[in-house]
Amino acid sequence: MTADFDRVEAAEVSRNFGRRRAVTRVSFSVGRGEVLGLLGPNGAGKSTLIGMLATLVTPTSGTIRYGGRTAGDAGPDIRARIGLLAHELYLYPELSAHQNLEFFAQLYGLRPDGVVGAALESAGLMDRSHDAVSSFSRGMRQKLALERALLHRPRLVLLDEPFTGLDDSAVTGVSERLRRLASEGAIVILATHDLDLADGLVTRVAIVRDGKLVSDEPAGGGLRGRYRTLVGR
Amino acid sequence: MFLKTVLLVVKKDFAIEVKSYEILSTTLFFAVTCVLIFSFAFVREAEPISKDMVPSGVLWIAVAFAGLLAIGRVFERERYSETMRALLLAPAPRPAIYLGKLVGVVLLLFATEALLVPMIALIFQAPLFRWAVPLSGLLVTGTIGFATVGTLFAAMLVRSRARDVMLPILLYPFTIPVLIGGVWGTAALLGDEPSVPVATMWTGLLAAYDVVFVTLALWTFEPLMTE
Repeated sequence: MTADFDRVEAAEVSRNFGRRRAVTRVSFSVGRGEVLGLLGPNGAGKSTLIGMLATLVTPTSGTIRYGGRTAGDAGPDIRARIGLLAHELYLYPELSAHQNLEFFAQLYGLRPDGVVGAALESAGLMDRSHDAVSSFSRGMRQKLALERALLHRPRLVLLDEPFTGLDDSAVTGVSERLRRLASEGAIVILATHDLDLADGLVTRVAIVRDGKLVSDEPAGGGLRGRYRTLVGR
Repeated sequence: MFLKTVLLVVKKDFAIEVKSYEILSTTLFFAVTCVLIFSFAFVREAEPISKDMVPSGVLWIAVAFAGLLAIGRVFERERYSETMRALLLAPAPRPAIYLGKLVGVVLLLFATEALLVPMIALIFQAPLFRWAVPLSGLLVTGTIGFATVGTLFAAMLVRSRARDVMLPILLYPFTIPVLIGGVWGTAALLGDEPSVPVATMWTGLLAAYDVVFVTLALWTFEPLMTE
Protein backbone atom coordinates (compact mmCIF):
# COMPACT_ATOMS: atom_id res chain seq x y z
CA MET A 1 0.00 0.00 0.00
CA THR A 2 1.35 3.46 -0.78
CA ALA A 3 0.51 6.67 1.02
CA ASP A 4 -0.46 9.02 -1.78
CA PHE A 5 -0.78 12.70 -0.99
CA ASP A 6 -1.79 15.96 -2.65
CA ARG A 7 0.35 18.37 -0.69
CA VAL A 8 3.68 18.60 1.09
CA GLU A 9 3.90 21.00 4.01
CA ALA A 10 7.01 22.05 5.89
CA ALA A 11 6.22 23.74 9.21
CA GLU A 12 8.95 25.65 11.08
CA VAL A 13 11.57 23.17 9.90
CA SER A 14 15.11 23.63 11.19
CA ARG A 15 18.23 21.54 10.86
CA ASN A 16 21.51 22.00 12.70
CA PHE A 17 24.75 20.18 12.00
CA GLY A 18 26.61 20.50 15.28
CA ARG A 19 26.62 24.20 16.04
CA ARG A 20 26.00 25.20 12.43
CA ARG A 21 22.45 26.06 11.49
CA ALA A 22 21.87 24.79 7.96
CA VAL A 23 18.12 25.53 7.85
CA THR A 24 16.23 27.78 10.24
CA ARG A 25 12.46 27.70 10.76
CA VAL A 26 11.43 27.26 7.14
CA SER A 27 7.72 26.88 6.35
CA PHE A 28 6.05 26.35 3.00
CA SER A 29 3.38 24.27 1.35
CA VAL A 30 3.39 22.85 -2.19
CA GLY A 31 0.51 21.13 -3.95
CA ARG A 32 -0.03 18.93 -6.99
CA GLY A 33 0.67 20.61 -10.30
CA GLU A 34 3.08 23.15 -8.84
CA VAL A 35 6.75 23.52 -9.73
CA LEU A 36 8.44 25.19 -6.78
CA GLY A 37 11.85 26.68 -7.43
CA LEU A 38 14.10 26.71 -4.35
CA LEU A 39 16.58 29.39 -5.24
CA GLY A 40 19.56 30.62 -3.33
CA PRO A 41 23.35 30.90 -3.44
CA ASN A 42 25.69 28.00 -2.65
CA GLY A 43 25.45 27.01 1.01
CA ALA A 44 22.02 28.59 1.47
CA GLY A 45 20.51 25.32 2.73
CA LYS A 46 18.73 24.16 -0.44
CA SER A 47 20.26 20.66 -0.47
CA THR A 48 19.56 20.17 3.24
CA LEU A 49 15.93 21.13 2.61
CA ILE A 50 15.74 18.68 -0.29
CA GLY A 51 17.31 15.98 1.93
CA MET A 52 14.70 16.62 4.62
CA LEU A 53 11.84 16.54 2.11
CA ALA A 54 13.25 13.23 0.80
CA THR A 55 13.13 11.81 4.39
CA LEU A 56 16.90 11.23 4.30
CA VAL A 57 17.69 14.02 6.76
CA THR A 58 15.70 14.38 9.98
CA PRO A 59 14.73 17.92 10.96
CA THR A 60 16.18 19.10 14.27
CA SER A 61 12.81 20.76 14.91
CA GLY A 62 9.58 21.30 12.98
CA THR A 63 7.65 18.80 10.90
CA ILE A 64 7.21 17.87 7.26
CA ARG A 65 3.81 16.44 6.38
CA TYR A 66 2.96 14.50 3.26
CA GLY A 67 -0.79 14.92 2.98
CA GLY A 68 -1.12 14.94 6.75
CA ARG A 69 1.28 12.09 7.50
CA THR A 70 4.90 12.34 8.52
CA ALA A 71 7.80 10.13 7.48
CA GLY A 72 7.78 8.79 11.06
CA ASP A 73 4.16 7.63 10.59
CA ALA A 74 4.58 5.92 7.23
CA GLY A 75 8.25 5.88 6.17
CA PRO A 76 8.33 3.21 3.43
CA ASP A 77 4.89 4.16 2.07
CA ILE A 78 5.90 7.80 1.74
CA ARG A 79 9.33 6.95 0.33
CA ALA A 80 7.57 4.93 -2.39
CA ARG A 81 6.01 8.21 -3.60
CA ILE A 82 9.22 10.28 -3.62
CA GLY A 83 11.67 10.57 -6.50
CA LEU A 84 14.99 12.30 -5.88
CA LEU A 85 17.60 13.50 -8.31
CA ALA A 86 20.40 14.78 -6.09
CA HIS A 87 23.68 16.43 -6.97
CA GLU A 88 25.33 13.01 -6.72
CA LEU A 89 23.60 10.76 -9.22
CA TYR A 90 22.94 7.60 -7.21
CA LEU A 91 24.09 5.31 -10.03
CA TYR A 92 26.52 2.39 -9.90
CA PRO A 93 29.26 3.27 -12.42
CA GLU A 94 30.36 -0.35 -12.86
CA LEU A 95 26.89 -1.47 -13.93
CA SER A 96 25.28 -0.75 -17.29
CA ALA A 97 22.41 1.71 -17.70
CA HIS A 98 20.04 -1.23 -18.06
CA GLN A 99 21.36 -2.98 -14.93
CA ASN A 100 21.10 0.22 -12.89
CA LEU A 101 17.48 0.84 -13.90
CA GLU A 102 16.57 -2.82 -13.49
CA PHE A 103 17.99 -2.87 -9.95
CA PHE A 104 16.15 0.27 -8.87
CA ALA A 105 12.90 -0.84 -10.54
CA GLN A 106 13.00 -4.10 -8.55
CA LEU A 107 13.90 -2.24 -5.36
CA TYR A 108 10.71 -0.22 -5.82
CA GLY A 109 8.71 -3.39 -6.42
CA LEU A 110 8.22 -2.74 -10.16
CA ARG A 111 8.39 -5.30 -12.93
CA PRO A 112 11.44 -4.17 -14.88
CA ASP A 113 10.26 -5.48 -18.30
CA GLY A 114 8.31 -2.42 -19.37
CA VAL A 115 9.61 0.43 -17.26
CA VAL A 116 13.32 -0.03 -17.96
CA GLY A 117 12.91 0.09 -21.74
CA ALA A 118 10.66 3.14 -21.55
CA ALA A 119 13.12 4.91 -19.26
CA LEU A 120 16.07 4.16 -21.54
CA GLU A 121 14.05 5.41 -24.51
CA SER A 122 13.17 8.58 -22.64
CA ALA A 123 16.83 9.18 -21.72
CA GLY A 124 17.87 8.56 -25.34
CA LEU A 125 20.22 5.79 -24.21
CA MET A 126 18.72 2.75 -25.95
CA ASP A 127 21.83 2.18 -28.04
CA ARG A 128 24.12 2.47 -24.97
CA SER A 129 21.90 0.53 -22.59
CA HIS A 130 24.44 -2.26 -22.04
CA ASP A 131 27.46 0.02 -21.65
CA ALA A 132 28.86 0.68 -18.18
CA VAL A 133 27.69 3.98 -16.74
CA SER A 134 31.35 4.85 -16.05
CA SER A 135 31.79 5.26 -19.83
CA PHE A 136 29.02 7.88 -20.05
CA SER A 137 29.45 11.64 -20.21
CA ARG A 138 28.13 13.73 -17.30
CA GLY A 139 25.12 14.74 -19.39
CA MET A 140 24.24 11.12 -20.22
CA ARG A 141 24.57 10.14 -16.56
CA GLN A 142 22.39 13.07 -15.56
CA LYS A 143 19.64 11.97 -17.99
CA LEU A 144 19.88 8.39 -16.74
CA ALA A 145 19.74 9.55 -13.11
CA LEU A 146 16.60 11.55 -13.86
CA GLU A 147 14.96 8.45 -15.32
CA ARG A 148 16.04 6.46 -12.27
CA ALA A 149 14.38 9.04 -10.04
CA LEU A 150 11.16 8.93 -12.08
CA LEU A 151 10.95 5.15 -12.67
CA HIS A 152 8.22 4.63 -10.09
CA ARG A 153 6.14 7.67 -11.15
CA PRO A 154 6.61 9.53 -7.85
CA ARG A 155 4.10 12.05 -6.54
CA LEU A 156 6.85 14.24 -5.08
CA VAL A 157 9.72 14.93 -7.47
CA LEU A 158 12.77 16.50 -5.80
CA LEU A 159 15.56 17.79 -7.99
CA ASP A 160 18.84 19.28 -6.82
CA GLU A 161 20.56 21.14 -9.67
CA PRO A 162 19.05 18.87 -12.34
CA PHE A 163 20.57 20.73 -15.29
CA THR A 164 24.21 20.10 -14.36
CA GLY A 165 26.17 18.87 -17.37
CA LEU A 166 23.27 19.01 -19.81
CA ASP A 167 23.57 20.67 -23.22
CA ASP A 168 20.95 23.15 -24.46
CA SER A 169 18.69 20.59 -26.12
CA ALA A 170 18.82 18.30 -23.08
CA VAL A 171 17.97 21.26 -20.81
CA THR A 172 14.93 21.97 -22.98
CA GLY A 173 13.95 18.29 -22.88
CA VAL A 174 14.26 18.06 -19.10
CA SER A 175 12.31 21.32 -18.63
CA GLU A 176 9.52 19.97 -20.84
CA ARG A 177 9.53 16.71 -18.89
CA LEU A 178 9.18 18.54 -15.58
CA ARG A 179 6.31 20.69 -16.89
CA ARG A 180 4.56 17.54 -18.12
CA LEU A 181 5.04 15.80 -14.76
CA ALA A 182 3.49 18.79 -12.96
CA SER A 183 0.58 18.91 -15.41
CA GLU A 184 0.00 15.19 -14.72
CA GLY A 185 -0.30 15.90 -11.00
CA ALA A 186 3.21 15.63 -9.59
CA ILE A 187 4.56 18.02 -6.97
CA VAL A 188 7.89 19.24 -8.34
CA ILE A 189 10.48 20.95 -6.14
CA LEU A 190 13.59 22.12 -7.89
CA ALA A 191 16.67 23.50 -6.10
CA THR A 192 18.98 25.57 -8.25
CA HIS A 193 21.12 28.65 -8.24
CA ASP A 194 20.66 29.10 -11.99
CA LEU A 195 18.04 31.82 -12.35
CA ASP A 196 17.92 31.69 -16.15
CA LEU A 197 16.96 28.00 -16.16
CA ALA A 198 14.44 28.40 -13.36
CA ASP A 199 12.76 31.39 -15.01
CA GLY A 200 9.87 30.19 -17.16
CA LEU A 201 9.86 26.68 -15.64
CA VAL A 202 8.83 27.21 -12.03
CA THR A 203 5.35 28.30 -11.01
CA ARG A 204 6.47 29.48 -7.58
CA VAL A 205 9.73 30.80 -6.26
CA ALA A 206 11.07 30.31 -2.75
CA ILE A 207 14.31 32.14 -2.09
CA VAL A 208 16.59 30.79 0.63
CA ARG A 209 19.49 32.69 2.15
CA ASP A 210 21.64 31.59 5.10
CA GLY A 211 19.18 28.79 5.84
CA LYS A 212 16.17 31.07 6.05
CA LEU A 213 13.27 31.43 3.66
CA VAL A 214 13.30 35.08 2.68
CA SER A 215 10.63 34.98 -0.03
CA ASP A 216 7.88 32.64 -1.25
CA GLU A 217 5.87 34.08 -4.13
CA PRO A 218 4.31 33.03 -7.43
CA ALA A 219 6.78 33.12 -10.31
CA GLY A 220 6.55 36.14 -12.51
CA GLY A 221 8.64 38.66 -14.33
CA GLY A 222 11.67 40.24 -12.77
CA LEU A 223 12.96 37.11 -11.07
CA ARG A 224 16.59 38.22 -11.34
CA GLY A 225 15.86 41.65 -9.88
CA ARG A 226 13.88 40.18 -6.99
CA TYR A 227 16.62 37.64 -6.29
CA ARG A 228 19.34 40.31 -6.37
CA THR A 229 17.41 42.48 -3.94
CA LEU A 230 16.86 39.64 -1.47
CA VAL A 231 20.15 37.80 -1.76
CA GLY A 232 22.34 40.75 -2.63
CA ARG A 233 24.53 38.85 -5.14
CA MET B 1 9.67 -7.94 0.36
CA PHE B 2 12.35 -8.34 3.07
CA LEU B 3 14.02 -11.42 1.56
CA LYS B 4 13.56 -10.09 -1.96
CA THR B 5 15.44 -6.92 -1.00
CA VAL B 6 18.22 -8.96 0.63
CA LEU B 7 18.62 -11.00 -2.55
CA LEU B 8 18.48 -7.91 -4.77
CA VAL B 9 21.30 -6.23 -2.85
CA VAL B 10 23.42 -9.42 -2.88
CA LYS B 11 22.79 -9.89 -6.61
CA LYS B 12 23.66 -6.28 -7.35
CA ASP B 13 26.92 -6.48 -5.34
CA PHE B 14 27.81 -9.73 -7.10
CA ALA B 15 27.10 -8.16 -10.53
CA ILE B 16 29.43 -5.27 -9.68
CA GLU B 17 32.15 -7.60 -8.37
CA VAL B 18 32.21 -9.85 -11.44
CA LYS B 19 32.89 -6.78 -13.63
CA SER B 20 36.36 -6.42 -12.09
CA TYR B 21 36.88 -8.97 -9.28
CA GLU B 22 38.55 -6.03 -7.59
CA ILE B 23 37.52 -6.73 -4.00
CA LEU B 24 37.91 -10.52 -4.24
CA SER B 25 41.38 -10.31 -5.78
CA THR B 26 42.68 -7.65 -3.36
CA THR B 27 41.24 -9.46 -0.34
CA LEU B 28 42.72 -12.81 -1.39
CA PHE B 29 46.07 -11.25 -2.21
CA PHE B 30 46.17 -9.45 1.13
CA ALA B 31 45.18 -12.58 3.07
CA VAL B 32 47.82 -14.69 1.31
CA THR B 33 50.49 -12.04 1.91
CA CYS B 34 49.56 -11.97 5.57
CA VAL B 35 50.03 -15.73 5.92
CA LEU B 36 53.35 -15.65 4.06
CA ILE B 37 54.71 -12.86 6.27
CA PHE B 38 53.70 -14.78 9.41
CA SER B 39 55.27 -17.94 8.03
CA PHE B 40 58.64 -16.14 7.76
CA ALA B 41 58.38 -15.30 11.46
CA PHE B 42 56.89 -18.47 12.90
CA VAL B 43 58.24 -21.36 10.81
CA ARG B 44 61.75 -22.57 11.58
CA GLU B 45 63.33 -25.34 9.46
CA ALA B 46 59.92 -26.33 8.04
CA GLU B 47 58.43 -26.62 11.55
CA PRO B 48 56.12 -24.04 13.16
CA ILE B 49 57.33 -22.85 16.57
CA SER B 50 53.95 -23.91 17.99
CA LYS B 51 51.63 -26.48 16.43
CA ASP B 52 48.37 -25.17 17.85
CA MET B 53 48.46 -21.47 18.67
CA VAL B 54 50.51 -20.30 15.68
CA PRO B 55 48.38 -21.75 12.82
CA SER B 56 45.23 -20.82 14.69
CA GLY B 57 46.39 -17.26 15.34
CA VAL B 58 47.64 -16.76 11.80
CA LEU B 59 44.31 -18.00 10.37
CA TRP B 60 42.21 -15.60 12.43
CA ILE B 61 44.56 -12.64 12.07
CA ALA B 62 44.51 -13.09 8.29
CA VAL B 63 40.69 -13.28 8.35
CA ALA B 64 40.50 -10.15 10.52
CA PHE B 65 42.92 -8.11 8.40
CA ALA B 66 41.52 -9.24 5.04
CA GLY B 67 37.96 -8.83 6.37
CA LEU B 68 38.61 -5.22 7.30
CA LEU B 69 39.91 -4.55 3.79
CA ALA B 70 36.89 -6.24 2.16
CA ILE B 71 34.31 -4.49 4.34
CA GLY B 72 35.87 -1.09 3.69
CA ARG B 73 35.93 -1.64 -0.07
CA VAL B 74 32.34 -2.95 -0.21
CA PHE B 75 31.11 0.30 1.31
CA GLU B 76 33.46 2.47 -0.72
CA ARG B 77 31.32 1.43 -3.70
CA GLU B 78 28.18 2.69 -1.99
CA ARG B 79 29.92 5.97 -1.12
CA TYR B 80 30.78 6.71 -4.74
CA SER B 81 27.76 8.51 -6.23
CA GLU B 82 26.15 8.28 -2.78
CA THR B 83 24.23 5.15 -3.77
CA MET B 84 23.76 4.30 -0.09
CA ARG B 85 21.31 7.23 0.03
CA ALA B 86 19.45 5.79 -2.97
CA LEU B 87 19.13 2.48 -1.12
CA LEU B 88 17.84 4.24 1.98
CA LEU B 89 15.36 6.27 -0.07
CA ALA B 90 13.75 3.15 -1.55
CA PRO B 91 10.57 1.85 0.11
CA ALA B 92 12.32 -1.43 0.89
CA PRO B 93 12.82 -2.35 4.57
CA ARG B 94 16.09 -0.74 5.62
CA PRO B 95 17.27 -3.69 7.75
CA ALA B 96 16.99 -5.81 4.58
CA ILE B 97 19.52 -3.52 2.90
CA TYR B 98 21.89 -4.09 5.84
CA LEU B 99 21.36 -7.84 5.66
CA GLY B 100 22.01 -7.83 1.91
CA LYS B 101 25.33 -6.07 2.40
CA LEU B 102 26.19 -8.44 5.28
CA VAL B 103 25.51 -11.56 3.21
CA GLY B 104 27.79 -10.22 0.45
CA VAL B 105 30.63 -9.61 2.92
CA VAL B 106 30.20 -13.04 4.55
CA LEU B 107 30.31 -14.81 1.18
CA LEU B 108 33.46 -12.90 0.27
CA LEU B 109 35.12 -13.90 3.55
CA PHE B 110 34.09 -17.54 3.07
CA ALA B 111 35.83 -17.49 -0.30
CA THR B 112 38.94 -16.04 1.37
CA GLU B 113 38.87 -18.72 4.08
CA ALA B 114 38.53 -21.43 1.44
CA LEU B 115 41.97 -20.35 0.24
CA LEU B 116 43.49 -19.62 3.65
CA VAL B 117 42.69 -22.95 5.33
CA PRO B 118 44.58 -25.23 2.88
CA MET B 119 47.40 -22.74 2.66
CA ILE B 120 47.86 -22.62 6.43
CA ALA B 121 47.45 -26.39 6.68
CA LEU B 122 50.30 -26.76 4.19
CA ILE B 123 52.71 -24.10 5.43
CA PHE B 124 52.21 -24.69 9.15
CA GLN B 125 51.65 -28.46 8.86
CA ALA B 126 48.37 -28.03 10.73
CA PRO B 127 45.83 -30.90 10.61
CA LEU B 128 42.98 -28.52 9.78
CA PHE B 129 41.21 -30.96 7.44
CA ARG B 130 41.13 -33.68 10.06
CA TRP B 131 38.74 -31.47 12.01
CA ALA B 132 36.82 -30.06 9.06
CA VAL B 133 33.37 -30.05 10.69
CA PRO B 134 34.21 -28.34 14.01
CA LEU B 135 36.58 -25.96 12.20
CA SER B 136 33.78 -25.06 9.72
CA GLY B 137 31.49 -24.32 12.67
CA LEU B 138 34.09 -21.98 14.16
CA LEU B 139 34.76 -20.26 10.84
CA VAL B 140 31.07 -19.80 9.97
CA THR B 141 30.06 -18.38 13.37
CA GLY B 142 33.25 -16.31 13.73
CA THR B 143 32.98 -14.87 10.23
CA ILE B 144 29.32 -13.94 10.68
CA GLY B 145 30.11 -12.21 13.98
CA PHE B 146 33.05 -10.29 12.56
CA ALA B 147 31.16 -9.26 9.41
CA THR B 148 28.01 -8.29 11.35
CA VAL B 149 29.83 -5.69 13.41
CA GLY B 150 32.05 -4.59 10.53
CA THR B 151 29.15 -4.11 8.11
CA LEU B 152 27.25 -1.99 10.62
CA PHE B 153 30.24 0.25 11.40
CA ALA B 154 31.20 0.57 7.73
CA ALA B 155 27.64 1.63 6.84
CA MET B 156 27.63 4.18 9.65
CA LEU B 157 30.98 5.60 8.54
CA VAL B 158 30.18 5.72 4.83
CA ARG B 159 29.84 9.52 4.88
CA SER B 160 32.61 10.14 7.38
CA ARG B 161 35.87 11.59 6.07
CA ALA B 162 37.84 9.68 8.70
CA ARG B 163 36.24 6.32 7.82
CA ASP B 164 39.55 4.62 6.90
CA VAL B 165 40.95 5.40 10.34
CA MET B 166 37.74 5.00 12.31
CA LEU B 167 36.69 1.59 10.93
CA PRO B 168 39.58 -0.44 12.44
CA ILE B 169 39.48 1.63 15.65
CA LEU B 170 35.82 0.75 16.14
CA LEU B 171 35.79 -2.72 14.63
CA TYR B 172 38.68 -4.49 16.38
CA PRO B 173 37.72 -3.75 20.01
CA PHE B 174 34.16 -4.93 19.35
CA THR B 175 35.30 -8.11 17.60
CA ILE B 176 37.93 -9.14 20.18
CA PRO B 177 35.50 -11.80 21.54
CA VAL B 178 35.19 -13.24 18.01
CA LEU B 179 38.94 -13.39 17.55
CA ILE B 180 39.53 -14.89 21.00
CA GLY B 181 36.81 -17.50 20.40
CA GLY B 182 38.11 -18.30 16.93
CA VAL B 183 41.77 -18.58 17.99
CA TRP B 184 41.15 -20.66 21.13
CA GLY B 185 38.54 -22.85 19.45
CA THR B 186 40.83 -23.59 16.51
CA ALA B 187 43.85 -24.10 18.77
CA ALA B 188 41.87 -26.68 20.75
CA LEU B 189 41.65 -28.77 17.57
CA LEU B 190 45.34 -28.52 16.72
CA GLY B 191 47.09 -29.41 19.99
CA ASP B 192 48.69 -32.70 20.95
CA GLU B 193 45.40 -33.67 22.59
CA PRO B 194 42.71 -32.26 20.30
CA SER B 195 39.47 -31.40 22.06
CA VAL B 196 36.29 -31.19 19.97
CA PRO B 197 34.14 -30.33 23.04
CA VAL B 198 36.28 -27.24 23.72
CA ALA B 199 35.96 -26.18 20.06
CA THR B 200 32.21 -26.79 20.22
CA MET B 201 31.97 -24.66 23.36
CA TRP B 202 33.69 -21.78 21.58
CA THR B 203 31.40 -22.29 18.55
CA GLY B 204 28.40 -21.98 20.87
CA LEU B 205 29.75 -18.77 22.37
CA LEU B 206 30.39 -17.38 18.89
CA ALA B 207 26.85 -18.32 17.83
CA ALA B 208 25.49 -16.45 20.87
CA TYR B 209 27.60 -13.42 19.91
CA ASP B 210 26.16 -13.64 16.37
CA VAL B 211 22.57 -13.75 17.61
CA VAL B 212 23.09 -10.73 19.87
CA PHE B 213 24.92 -8.60 17.31
CA VAL B 214 22.78 -9.51 14.28
CA THR B 215 19.69 -8.59 16.31
CA LEU B 216 21.29 -5.35 17.51
CA ALA B 217 22.45 -4.44 14.01
CA LEU B 218 19.05 -5.06 12.40
CA TRP B 219 17.41 -3.03 15.14
CA THR B 220 19.81 -0.08 15.05
CA PHE B 221 20.61 0.14 11.33
CA GLU B 222 17.70 2.43 10.40
CA PRO B 223 18.15 5.00 13.19
CA LEU B 224 21.93 4.96 12.80
CA MET B 225 21.68 5.61 9.05
CA THR B 226 19.25 8.51 9.35
CA GLU B 227 21.13 11.79 9.16
